[in-house]
Amino acid sequence: MMESQRVAYGETLLEIGEDEKIVVLDADLSSSTHTIMFGNKYKERFFNMGIQEQNEVGVAAGLARSGKIVFASSFAVFIVGRAYDIIRQSIAYTNLNVKIVATHAGLTVGEDGATHQMLEDIGIMSGLPNFRVIAPADAPETRKVIKKIAYMDGPFYVRLSREKVPTLLNDYEFELGKGILFKDGHDLTIISTGITLSIAVDAANDLKAKGIDAAVIHMPTLKPIDSELVSKYAKNTGKVITVEEHSIYNGLGSRVAEIIAEHGTAKLKRIGVMDQFGESGPGWALLEKYGISKENIIKKSMEIIR
Amino acid sequence: MNIEEQKEIKLKANEIRTLAIKMIYNAQSGHPGGSLSASDILSVLYFKVLNVDPKNPEWSKRDRFVMSKGHASAAYYASLALKGYFPINDLFTFRKLGSILQGHPTIHVPGVDMTTGSLGQGFSTAIGMAIAGKLDKADYNIYVLIGDGEMDEGIVWEAMINAPHNNLDNLIAILDRNKYQLDGSTENILPLGDIESKIKAFGWEVQSINGHDIEEIYNAIKISQNKNGKPKMIVANTVKGKGVSFMENTHEFHGKAPNKEQYEKAIKELETEREKILKEGST
Repeated sequence: MMESQRVAYGETLLEIGEDEKIVVLDADLSSSTHTIMFGNKYKERFFNMGIQEQNEVGVAAGLARSGKIVFASSFAVFIVGRAYDIIRQSIAYTNLNVKIVATHAGLTVGEDGATHQMLEDIGIMSGLPNFRVIAPADAPETRKVIKKIAYMDGPFYVRLSREKVPTLLNDYEFELGKGILFKDGHDLTIISTGITLSIAVDAANDLKAKGIDAAVIHMPTLKPIDSELVSKYAKNTGKVITVEEHSIYNGLGSRVAEIIAEHGTAKLKRIGVMDQFGESGPGWALLEKYGISKENIIKKSMEIIR
Repeated sequence: MNIEEQKEIKLKANEIRTLAIKMIYNAQSGHPGGSLSASDILSVLYFKVLNVDPKNPEWSKRDRFVMSKGHASAAYYASLALKGYFPINDLFTFRKLGSILQGHPTIHVPGVDMTTGSLGQGFSTAIGMAIAGKLDKADYNIYVLIGDGEMDEGIVWEAMINAPHNNLDNLIAILDRNKYQLDGSTENILPLGDIESKIKAFGWEVQSINGHDIEEIYNAIKISQNKNGKPKMIVANTVKGKGVSFMENTHEFHGKAPNKEQYEKAIKELETEREKILKEGST
């Protein structure tokens, strides 16, 4: 089944929306981020800020300072890119209760092209003290994440995608800072974050046919990352491949490289966007073109296993 | 406001200026020019207007104050100490290693409602506080002090267009129009021009006053407290460096501490001013 993370986000806001402490802000993209679902029902606690991400984030900080639980949304490229300094000074440094939930992260934005494809946000947001950074894999996990962080104090960044994605995690709980061992294996470990989990799982299944037993770990929390699980599987399998819809710099692959370097030894290959911008095209086709694909995972696996 | 009250607030303003200069000299860093221009406004706010409780800084019904021009932290911290939020002596840890009094204001300091320093953000966060006040049907007001150099920032104009749309008549902004920014005169670097008309055109109710006249400041704030659905802007025409002759009307002391000789001259001038205020109305 294919489901949309952003619809799941909108539905969850609607579900928890009765709580009068919850206020939702958007910057003229509410029908794309689906915060409008909340907005239609709770008009008085929904603010369409117009196309102004900086003021959106500033207002979010002021609301949070006054005791509100604030969800602020837009596309990842705008809310992180345009409002970074306000996020840094007024939300991270103040440690205020603002949940930045960005949709349209990564290449799978698709036809809108590179101007709209945010590939650096995991790195940017992980660099901010007090921020926790989460990239759910599918719609059910998005629901669980939103419900959980609504009642965890302090700032969060949640990274969602535009495309519908295969539902895989119906039966898994989300726990902040914990990786999910989706499939165990002994020969190598594939670690994915966000919507690339289904690609990692497909690759692992094909590898099995080739006689290679790959473990698949989904890492929903990029910060604080589950370094214990990474270390354990790095040690047990000795070979790690990371997969993400993000720049090769400062994302999951970089974090895993740091853990492996600090805590043990394993061979590592990182799959992500190679220090370049994306382009227009269908979302899943873009992932293939830029090497975030089953084929590339299998190729890298064969290289690393040698 | 009667003469005695005015005298009291003038004396407090003089104390704020004196403490700010001492703090900046002691730290050998800080921003004298914009601290001195804002001192009379801060004095009226803290000693006549704001409904706050220094013993309970986070009291939920308090008026909020956001020092959007956070670089004037010396005058701000001095006002808070004089109001009783923390001991006056703490002011001399300003900008030193391990001090709670960081170079720019943070919410970790008792009485500080918002962390500021990156310009324009305080103005925007004040809008958020005003929206929260409306949602909670609260009686308190949100006061925000912004600088005229700060008006260059785009986020100020984002916030400017937003506030009237949300009918934020619980928001009172005061513009410290001292006409200088770090590099020079505001009208040379990026002219604000007829700033009153510009702000009015955005849907704000605007007053223009002498930002060093205690009574004018107070009256303008009183007028601004009316609940007519509009946010209020008080353009307070001030003198950068007000009260220390060689710091007046120049950008030179925007972000520079005085040397020993300058410090002694500044303190002497402020003492003379204090004596002058004390003599007022006592003939």
